[in-house]
Amino acid sequence: MAEAPMTTRHIPDRLQGRSARVLKSWESLLVVVAILIFTVNSFASPYFLDPWNLSDATFNFTEKALIAFAMAMVVISGEIDLSVASIVALTSTAMGYAATQGFDTPALVAVGLATGLACGAINGLLVTRLGLPSIVVTIGTMSLFRGIAFIVLGDQAFTSYPASFAYFGQGYVWWVFSFEFCLFLGFALFYAALLHLTNFGRAVYAIGNNQTAALFSGVRVARVKFTLFLLTGLMSGIAAICLTSRLGSTRPSIALGWELEVVTMVVLGGVSILGGSGTIGGVVLAALIMGMVTFGFGLLNVPGIVMSIFIGLLLISVIALPILYTRLKRRMAH
Amino acid sequence: MNMLLKNREALLVVAILALLTLITLRFPGFIQPANLGRVYNDTSILIILALGQMAVILTRCIDLSMAANLALCGMVAGLINVALPGLPIPLVIAAVVALGAVLGSINGLLVWKLNIPPIVVTLGTLTIFRGSIFLLTGGQWINAHQMSDVFKGLPRADFLGIPALSWFSIAIMAIVFVVMTRTTVGRAFYAVGGNPHAAIYTGIDVGRTRFLAYCLSGALAGLAGYLWVSRYAVAYVDIALGFELDIIAACVIGGISIAGGIGSVPGAVLGALFLGVIKNALPVINISPFAQMAISGTVIIIAVAVNARAERRKGRVILKKAEAH
Amino acid sequence: MKPAIALEGISKSFPGVHALSEVSLSLYPGSVTALIGENGAGKSTLVKILTGIYQPDGGTIRVDGAEVHFPAASAAAKAGVTAIHQETVLFDELSVAENIFLGHAPRTRFGLIDWTKLNADARQLLSRVGADIDPTIRLRDLGIASKHLVAIARALSIDARVVIMDEPTAALSYKEIHELYELIDRLKADGKAILFISHKFDEIFRIADRYTVFRDGRMVGEGLIAGTRQDDLVRMMVGRDVGQVFPKQQVAIGEPVLTVSGYRHPTEFEDINFELRRGEILGFYGLVGAGRSEFMQSLIGITRPSAGAVRLDGKVMVIRSPAEAIEAGIVYVPEERGRQGAIIGMPIFQNVTLPSLTRTSRSGFLRMAEEFRLAREYTSRLDLRAAALDQDVGTLSGGNQQKVVIAKWLATKPKVIILDEPTKGIDIGSKAAVHAFMSELAAQGLSVIMVSSEIPEIMGMSDRVIVMREGRMVGQYERADLSAEKLVRAAAGISETTP
Repeated sequence: MAEAPMTTRHIPDRLQGRSARVLKSWESLLVVVAILIFTVNSFASPYFLDPWNLSDATFNFTEKALIAFAMAMVVISGEIDLSVASIVALTSTAMGYAATQGFDTPALVAVGLATGLACGAINGLLVTRLGLPSIVVTIGTMSLFRGIAFIVLGDQAFTSYPASFAYFGQGYVWWVFSFEFCLFLGFALFYAALLHLTNFGRAVYAIGNNQTAALFSGVRVARVKFTLFLLTGLMSGIAAICLTSRLGSTRPSIALGWELEVVTMVVLGGVSILGGSGTIGGVVLAALIMGMVTFGFGLLNVPGIVMSIFIGLLLISVIALPILYTRLKRRMAH
Repeated sequence: MNMLLKNREALLVVAILALLTLITLRFPGFIQPANLGRVYNDTSILIILALGQMAVILTRCIDLSMAANLALCGMVAGLINVALPGLPIPLVIAAVVALGAVLGSINGLLVWKLNIPPIVVTLGTLTIFRGSIFLLTGGQWINAHQMSDVFKGLPRADFLGIPALSWFSIAIMAIVFVVMTRTTVGRAFYAVGGNPHAAIYTGIDVGRTRFLAYCLSGALAGLAGYLWVSRYAVAYVDIALGFELDIIAACVIGGISIAGGIGSVPGAVLGALFLGVIKNALPVINISPFAQMAISGTVIIIAVAVNARAERRKGRVILKKAEAH
Repeated sequence: MKPAIALEGISKSFPGVHALSEVSLSLYPGSVTALIGENGAGKSTLVKILTGIYQPDGGTIRVDGAEVHFPAASAAAKAGVTAIHQETVLFDELSVAENIFLGHAPRTRFGLIDWTKLNADARQLLSRVGADIDPTIRLRDLGIASKHLVAIARALSIDARVVIMDEPTAALSYKEIHELYELIDRLKADGKAILFISHKFDEIFRIADRYTVFRDGRMVGEGLIAGTRQDDLVRMMVGRDVGQVFPKQQVAIGEPVLTVSGYRHPTEFEDINFELRRGEILGFYGLVGAGRSEFMQSLIGITRPSAGAVRLDGKVMVIRSPAEAIEAGIVYVPEERGRQGAIIGMPIFQNVTLPSLTRTSRSGFLRMAEEFRLAREYTSRLDLRAAALDQDVGTLSGGNQQKVVIAKWLATKPKVIILDEPTKGIDIGSKAAVHAFMSELAAQGLSVIMVSSEIPEIMGMSDRVIVMREGRMVGQYERADLSAEKLVRAAAGISETTP
């Protein structure tokens, strides 16, 4: 790069035209997709636009999205947590067991939160203390946590939850707004603030971009990562409370395969799987899109396993399409 | 070839022997040769799959779709047998091995041509492959009575006192061993995982090598698909559900570094056998089979911690003791 | 004489950059050609084209007069072109013999790799390069110098006619460098055409027969080394006359700020004792691998020392992490800019404020206005050239990236700043700016430790110099009695000098 002669120059804070680029961002694309799907759905099915139907539709994504917020931060920091669905299973099992011991609803919630946190702490310690790759650690704990649920339950189920416990998954705060949906909105705001407005969030981006440089710059890398795994465990615990409350029962296979849907949601939301970039806004949009698609399929009576094919295709294509697009553009330019 | 790796394998042999001793204390019959043969036979499919996964992990990738690939190929083998009961079994096997390789090559192409992280690719194809079984069958099972006797009988066929299933795994072991140690592509797996940057300078096409590793893992998953369905004489959407974790566990226990470039055929086989012994011992020593999942998880974590300790670079040694001047 | 390989009119561009414009280069059998140029002049792009990693946009490559194409690295290897790289690009986990023969191993009748022949051939090649190495051991068990020999054996194994050496002496000790020179002489005698890339003029004049100078992606001069003066080459390289002027100001040196006593580490260094005073620039000289960076990193808590104490302004400090070091007022500007210093995927202002976030934020919440203010202040003091402060650091030139990195640590308002090879790999203009700034910092009362392997820089900038060798302090010199010879002797362990 050629150096200009020595003159003190004023460097502006912001590049010109950045606001124009926002319009071209991944999030704007997601908004367009969301509107499209919304429109298609409302034409495809007369039942779609009913407020209560829409409200029911939110249950398709709220629990997974709660986990996805924390997962987004883990992925931005360059790690991954594949054990989230197993944490949900173990947490649900722990609550189910506590319920059979006669715990009341507040105590069950405490058990749920504590189990989630404990699982997150185990992941966090293995990754930060022993320096193990998170992908293998969480494949291991994925097996371990759900394995414990299987040991406890075998082919049985816990179903004896107190009546008041049903509120978290079935209650409504006001009109069509369910407790879960309000929780989703609240945590969306909380995580958006945490990631985009705080020192902690900045540290997460720095670690994901260049962990060594972040460490040298005084970022407490191990502490931040540990906190992230703790948060993921906590959110999985909260999701488990909602899901268990909604289903009213616990089997060891509960939330099977959710890790895939959560990771898909995060990646669809524009978070780089290699770490370093992504926004909570994108994840919120991705959650809405996936929820509406699932709901739309549901209205068309498409079975669940076919939906999972769709999610698998979606996961690969949201990463592949931008790559193919830039390649095509470059070829056109030549 | 090198001390550390040998040590690691020796360590595994010692661990397996210790495990066998412990089990024998509770149940002396376990180390009867006939029973050990049964344990080996029961682990054969895992061994075949672990060898495929090893090739992929060596190149710094991972294949989470192997179990789903197995299930899809197994189902296809079953469907072929139902539709054409007279078709010779070697042809059926060839067909599903080819199908498995094609499914593996999809993973490989996405990793090679589009540079998508392997974990994302195979997490995606894992659901697609399993979902395809449903699309193919509408959720129907293929039961024992629908399969021809030859189809079901082959894995159990006795040859020199050893069931064919065991022979399959022994043959695959031998083939993969030769590929890994004596062929250009086998050595390229190691080179690509050990130092992808240097591999380019050596004239090795990193992406193509990874592609080939996925084809190998896919082909072996296809073979395992036939073996699984014929041995258990049933095919449905959820066979081998979650088995990808056991495969990865076998590799990690066998000392194959998840960071690529380190691992050996004996290591992968011993890792699989370690899991196989545990799995077969559980019912014998009265532990619920439901505990197997938790044990696999624990063993993965312990193994990766042990491997990490062995691989951890020692700080460079700068100090020399004062020279005599 | 006919060139073994000739490049004519080679061009290569990347999005936004013309890396090479119509350069030509000829390499002759039995002759060493030095390729000279500043960082970013296009040398490494050229090497990648010669070895088939990149394909040129235009121009021709001729081998023995016949036009060839290298669509992949294997094609270049087949044509007999091989490269030995800056960081030896070999395989730590494979055996020495396999490293030599990977990609062209001898085969048996059945097409399988013939390990017996491979090991025997490897042993023979190693003895040809004068290396006493067991070909069956793993490469990771070798030292850097031995790895270089393995790389050279590899070059011989493919019967290379053209050998490219990209800064081969960068990581070698004095003795190893001389062994390398002898080897190059032997390769010359064998009739190999050698391209030698180096920043060190003394070695260019020692072993090269010809030179080619690149500047900004163009070939700006070539000729025979005999009869050429160093100044001529420098002028071609930078396009103007550059006297190496160091802007060191005379500063009144104050009381001790940092005292290190009895510092040791089990494997990396021992017996480190010194004082650093206010306003002082203390140079740490030594060969690469003398343990200087390792020691500095233990000062800021990256590694733990096994014994020893640090006093800052008389108070004993225990520093367990860089975060604590920054809090205490000791900062370290690392040597490896890309890996340890800059976060290239993040904007300039966020890089600058990262270690100072506790100051720019309020109760854990970011305040962008404060961040921009801090970033503006420090980047303008370092005369950063950039389009905007929210531009990603990765889009800047190396010199400007280094300015961002220095600004980042200065913005923490430290008492002691440790600069590890602060001008390594940056252009001459940025170098001067960094030197001027360093001097200004000392004048303002900051205490500076400068680790450097460049004699002119050490001599030009330091008030005092400590020399390290093999993890120990082996000499300490005041500015008044510095001489290049003393430093080199102490660092290489030639003299009897002991502290």
